[in-house]
Amino acid sequence: MTTENPTIEAFEGFATVASPGVAAVAFIPREHYKSVVAALKADAFEMASDVCGVDYLIAGARTLPEGVKPERFEVVTSLLSMSRRIRVRIRVQLPDADPTVDSLFDLYPGTEAMERETFDLVGIRFAGHPDLSRILLPEEWEGHPLRKDYGIGGVPVQFKSTPGPR
Amino acid sequence: MGLEDLPHNFLTGQLEDLVKWARKSSMWPATFGLACCAIEMMSSGAADFDLARFGMEVFRNSPRQADLMIVAGRVSQKMAPVLRQVYDQMMEPKWVIAMGVCASTGGMFNNYAVVQGVDQIVPVDVYAPGCPPTPETLMHAILTLHEKVRTGEITRRRGVEPAVVFDAAPWVPEVPSAVRVSRPS
Amino acid sequence: MVIDENITTVVRPLWPTEETSEGSQELFPRKLTDPAELGREVGSVLRLPEGPTLDPTQIDIERSDDETMIINMGPQHPSTHGVLRLMLELDGEVVLRTKPIIGYLHTGMEKQAEALSFIQGSTNVTRMDYLAPLHNELVFSLATEALLGVEMPRRATYIRMLMTELNRISSHLMWMATNGMDVGSTSMMIYGFREREMILSFFEKTTGLRMNHNYIRPGGVAADLPDGWEDDVEVICNTVEARSYEYDDLLTGQAIFRDRMVGIGNLTAEEALALSVTGPLLRSTGVPWDLRRTMPYLAFDEVDFDVIVGTYGDNFDRYSIRLNEIRESVKIVRQLLANMPSGDYRVQDRKVTPPPRGRIDSSMEALIHHFKVFTEGFAVPEGEVYVAIESPRGELGCYLASDGGPKPYRMHIRGPSFVNLQALPLLMRGGLLADAVTVISSVDPVMGEVDR
Repeated sequence: MTTENPTIEAFEGFATVASPGVAAVAFIPREHYKSVVAALKADAFEMASDVCGVDYLIAGARTLPEGVKPERFEVVTSLLSMSRRIRVRIRVQLPDADPTVDSLFDLYPGTEAMERETFDLVGIRFAGHPDLSRILLPEEWEGHPLRKDYGIGGVPVQFKSTPGPR
Repeated sequence: MGLEDLPHNFLTGQLEDLVKWARKSSMWPATFGLACCAIEMMSSGAADFDLARFGMEVFRNSPRQADLMIVAGRVSQKMAPVLRQVYDQMMEPKWVIAMGVCASTGGMFNNYAVVQGVDQIVPVDVYAPGCPPTPETLMHAILTLHEKVRTGEITRRRGVEPAVVFDAAPWVPEVPSAVRVSRPS
Repeated sequence: MVIDENITTVVRPLWPTEETSEGSQELFPRKLTDPAELGREVGSVLRLPEGPTLDPTQIDIERSDDETMIINMGPQHPSTHGVLRLMLELDGEVVLRTKPIIGYLHTGMEKQAEALSFIQGSTNVTRMDYLAPLHNELVFSLATEALLGVEMPRRATYIRMLMTELNRISSHLMWMATNGMDVGSTSMMIYGFREREMILSFFEKTTGLRMNHNYIRPGGVAADLPDGWEDDVEVICNTVEARSYEYDDLLTGQAIFRDRMVGIGNLTAEEALALSVTGPLLRSTGVPWDLRRTMPYLAFDEVDFDVIVGTYGDNFDRYSIRLNEIRESVKIVRQLLANMPSGDYRVQDRKVTPPPRGRIDSSMEALIHHFKVFTEGFAVPEGEVYVAIESPRGELGCYLASDGGPKPYRMHIRGPSFVNLQALPLLMRGGLLADAVTVISSVDPVMGEVDR
C-alpha cells in the first residue's frame, strides 16, 4: 500500500488532506464533486471501487481540515487507479436539509448499485441516477436504517418465560 | 427385509403405524437454503455425511413435492412473505425445521432487518441450535423429527382442535403482524 | 427536508401489488420503463472512453410487450446460489433484459456493527461471505489495526496468510462443486465437497468451528496453530493438488462441459472496469489485477505465485482461473509451511490483547484486564480508513469510521459479489435462458455478502 501522499492535479484549489497510510483523502464541496471525479477519471483513475454514506448526527466535534464545514451527512467515494496503484477517497459534506449529490453513473456505471444502496440505507439522493429505488429493503419500508436517529430495532431479550411479543 | 422367511406372505398391524412409518422413511425436504446454514445443509447431503442413509437426500426444488422445509439461515423481513408463500404451497402433512439460531430466534442479529425467529411466520417442529449447526446437529434434528413423526398422531396437526385433517377448509395459522414491520423513521 | 423535484424515487403503479411483490425494484414491461433505464438494463450503460461497446440505437425500445415475456426466477430457486432473484425478459428462449433483485438476505450487519465493539466486530462480519469467512475477518481486523496503528508480529501475519489462502482453496472448491451441479455434473459436486471437508476439518481443529470462525481478530489471531498442523496442511496440499488434476480429467476437456462454458457470458476488459467488477471476473478479461500482487497486504510480497488471467472473458476462462488459483494457493501455502516464523500469534499490546488464559486463574489484575477487554472493548482513535483485500470473489473493502470510542461509528463493507452482480444483465444479454444458470454460477455471488 502506498504510504506517500500522491500528487493529484485534480485537487488543485480544493481542500485536500493526506491521510496517513492507505490513500489520499480529499474534501470536495458538493457542487464540484462530479467535475473533480471527472478530472480524476481522466487522470487514470479507472475504477470507482466504493460509494458509501455516513450520518454524523451524534458524532460530536469532528477533526476536519481548515475550511471544511461539517454537515450531517457525508458521501465517501473511493476511486482506484490501477496504472498508478493508488487509491483516493473523496468526502463530500451534505446538509441535513437537502442530502443531494450528483450521481457518478455517467462516469462510472458501476456505481449504480452502490448509490442505490446508499440511498436505501442512509437516504442520500443522487441527482441523475437512472433508477433510484430501494435495493436491499422491502419496497414499502419507511425510513433509512443507517441513519443515527433510526433505532437498531431489536426485540428485548427475555430470559424468563414471561409473555413476550410473540 | 427378511420377509421371505415368513411362512405366510402377509403381516397384520395398525394402519396408523404403517402410515407413520411411510411418512418417516420418505420425507423429502424442500431446498430452502438462505445463508451460512445452507452450506452446511449441502454438506450434509454430500459425500462425508450422506443424508441418503436416512432417506433424506432427495431435496425437492418444488415445494409442491416436499414434506419438510429446512429453514437454513436468517430470514429477513423481505424474505418473510416469500417463506410463508413457499410454506403455504407445500402439501399436508408438512414439517418445519428451524436450522441455526438465526432461524430459531434471530440469533446475534437482533435488529430491524431479521425476523426474530421463523416461528413468527410458520409453525416449527424442531429447532437445531448452532451457528451454523454442524451436519451432525442437522442430522440429529432430522432424526428427532423422524421420532416425532413415528410416535405422533397421524391425524392431528399442531394447534388444531379438534383434529380434522381432511376438512374442506384448510387450516390457516394466524400470522402475527410482525411479518413485515414498518418501523418509525 | 427540501427535496429537489427533479430527483424522485421510481414510482411505478400499474403493477399487481402482491404480498411478495417488491414494486419498483422489479422488472417492468417496456411501456412502463423509461428509455434511460431500459438502456441501462440492456447493458448500454457503458459510456466508455474508447467508444461505446453497444450502439444505443441497438436498444430495441420499439419492441412491443406482446412479443416478449417476463419471467421470475428466485428468490427460492435451487440454482441461484442462495436467495438471488432475477426477473428476465425473454423473446422465446433468448434473454433480452435481466434485473437482479436483491436484499432477501439483508441482515442489517452494518447497523449491527455499530452496536458491537471492535473486538466483537469480527463475529459479525464473518457471517457476511460465508464461503470465505476468514477474509471478512481479515479485512475488518486490518481496518481496525490501521486505525489503531499497531504492528503485527510476523507469525500472526503468516498465520493469517495461511488461513486465508486455505480459505480461498475451500471457497473455490465450493464454487467448483456448485458450478458442477449447475451444469449437471453431480460427481464434481461430490468431489468438491469431499476436498472442502478436509480443509474444514483443519479449520475446526484450529479455530473450533467449521465456518464463521471469529479467528482473525483485531490484534492478531485467536489461537496459535494446533500441534501437528504441518502434517495436516501437508496432506491438504498434496491431496488438493493431485485432485485438481482429476478435475481437469473430469471437466476441462469434456465436450458437454465445454459446450456449456466456452463463449458463454462474454465480458470485455472495458466493460468490466466500467462496472467496477473485480476478482476472477475481471481477470478473465485479461486484466492482471490481483490485490495480493498489485497492492500487497500482509506479506504477500514475500511469496511467489502467479496471477492467473484469461483471454476471452467467458465462463470457461472464469472456470480455468478458479481452478488454477487453487493450485497457486497450494503453492503459497507450501511456501508458508516452509517459512512459518516462530514468535507470538498476537500483538503484545495490553490495550488490545487479553492476558493469556493461564494467568487469569492466578492473577486478579489479569482477570480484571480480561474482563475489561471483553466487556468495554478498547477505544480506537478517531479517524476513518478504507482497506481492501483480495477475497476469492474480488476486492473486499472495509470502510471504518471511528469517533474515538470502543465501537465503530460506521462500518461499511464493499462486497465484491454485490458489485459483480451488476455485470449479470450484460453477461446474460442475448444468451439463452439455459445458459443463465451457468452465467450466475460463473459470477459466483454469495448472497450473504451481497445483502449484508
